[in-house]
Amino acid sequence: MANDNKTIDEATGTETTGHEWDGLKELNTPLPRWWVMVFYACIVWAIGYTILMPAWPLVSGYTTGFLGASQRSQAIAAHNAAVESRSAAGGGLVDASLEEIQGNQQLLEFAMANGRAAFGDNCAACHGTGATGAKGYPNLNDDAWLWGGSLDAIHTTIQHGIRGEDDDTRESPVAYAIGMQAWGDDGLLNEQQIRNVSNYVVSLSGGETESGADLEAGKTVFAENCAACHGDEGKGSQDLGAPNLTDKIWLYGGDVDTVVETVTHGRKGVMPSWTGRLDPVTIKSLAVYVHSLGGGA
Amino acid sequence: MANRHEILEKNSILLSVAILVVVAVGGLVEIVPLYYLKSTIEKVEGVRPYSPLELAGRNIYIREGCYNCHSQMIRPLRDEIERYGHFSLAAESMYDHPFQWGSKRTGPDLARIGGKYSDEWHREHLKAPRNLVPESVMPGYPFLATASLEVPNIKGHLETNAIVGVPYTADQIENAEADLAIQANPEADGVDAFLERYPKAVVRDFDGNPNEVTEMDALLAYLQMLGTLVDFSTYSYEDQANMR
Repeated sequence: MANDNKTIDEATGTETTGHEWDGLKELNTPLPRWWVMVFYACIVWAIGYTILMPAWPLVSGYTTGFLGASQRSQAIAAHNAAVESRSAAGGGLVDASLEEIQGNQQLLEFAMANGRAAFGDNCAACHGTGATGAKGYPNLNDDAWLWGGSLDAIHTTIQHGIRGEDDDTRESPVAYAIGMQAWGDDGLLNEQQIRNVSNYVVSLSGGETESGADLEAGKTVFAENCAACHGDEGKGSQDLGAPNLTDKIWLYGGDVDTVVETVTHGRKGVMPSWTGRLDPVTIKSLAVYVHSLGGGA
Repeated sequence: MANRHEILEKNSILLSVAILVVVAVGGLVEIVPLYYLKSTIEKVEGVRPYSPLELAGRNIYIREGCYNCHSQMIRPLRDEIERYGHFSLAAESMYDHPFQWGSKRTGPDLARIGGKYSDEWHREHLKAPRNLVPESVMPGYPFLATASLEVPNIKGHLETNAIVGVPYTADQIENAEADLAIQANPEADGVDAFLERYPKAVVRDFDGNPNEVTEMDALLAYLQMLGTLVDFSTYSYEDQANMR
């Protein structure tokens, strides 16, 4: 119908669409041919895409597409490939023992890089980005190791954690304690005894004791109660996770008041087990990395 | 024929209706099937409704706006899997009302935070984040440890969830009030029965204060179970039903 009204607009020389509203006519400026071709090509592409890829919902499922593509499978595949290439590029971190890794320059570099990345993601929250620790979380750069600083000891600690949920977790194998006894809260020592023994403990590493503190009485309390785990000389025991009290390195603080608090309420530092959350190669890499920081015996 | 569009162009109501129909196609094809396709939520072992204490903790999580900075969904992408663990499944948030997926990550994703850090770490970190993570921008929540947990009607809360499809049993609803306290006290009577009602639940004195159930207890009970329920040994991403 309106086709009959098609005219050439005088001012522009362009054909009109034939639409006319109150004397105003619409110019017909078609889309560029290349644009139209691309548009049609996209439609054809979209039809092909819905055939090849998961697309159309059905009554009880959906068309899965001829390519069998799955984002989840792709993600897992990419992850597995990364884990594998890491093992391969490291020349077999999977099979190498911790000592072999340390002795082999290529493996070592690889484990260190891997370990540093994993440390940032998983360990830094407690131990700090630079592994310097925080109150209650050991500094890993120094020579003091609660549960042992050898490669194997570190590896075991990372695998199974400390006082964690893991069946093989590290625990103080003492009847009463998963951790240090709360000597005050449990009514085993009175306030005076705690004050004395705390002063004595601080004095072991040459710390500042309170004036008028009865160190001799403290020493007796120590021998009767604390020495079982911390040793007669207060040097601690890595089998029991009992810190060395003579080394001036303090997990919770080495002033008398803090030690009193520790003795009164006890301490039960927990480290989660990482088996399962992290793969074995990553745990090995972490052990090597942490050992490189301040590892020893 | 070529100029029939004049009919649409000259009838504004008809044009509006036609626009609505065209726009609705996208929604109909992409959203509606999610409601009737049973395969939307994977069948997995281990996911159970939240225990009362976890639910209370979840409400605190929402109250404090944790979702403003923390997402709870690990995307199926390689780098996400490497940093946070197995990608999240729809089944893991099927009892969430509302879900906490989110896309804002000023802080890390928390979908699998459960068991990653110790209770003591969480306590200290919630009180004063920078004591442990100097570079953190998270605000402190020191009042959680001293605020006694008050849930006026936990039973009604479970019932409401049941109405919207969370399969709480009569047993669970009946014991909701008691379970609230039991989960924060390993010494309590009825821990075994509680664990039967809520398998894999963690029963601990989360806040280190055995005398009182605080908001810290509730929040930690929630955080420490996040992402721990699915038994991944029985889940295969290659299973046709689990393809996405």
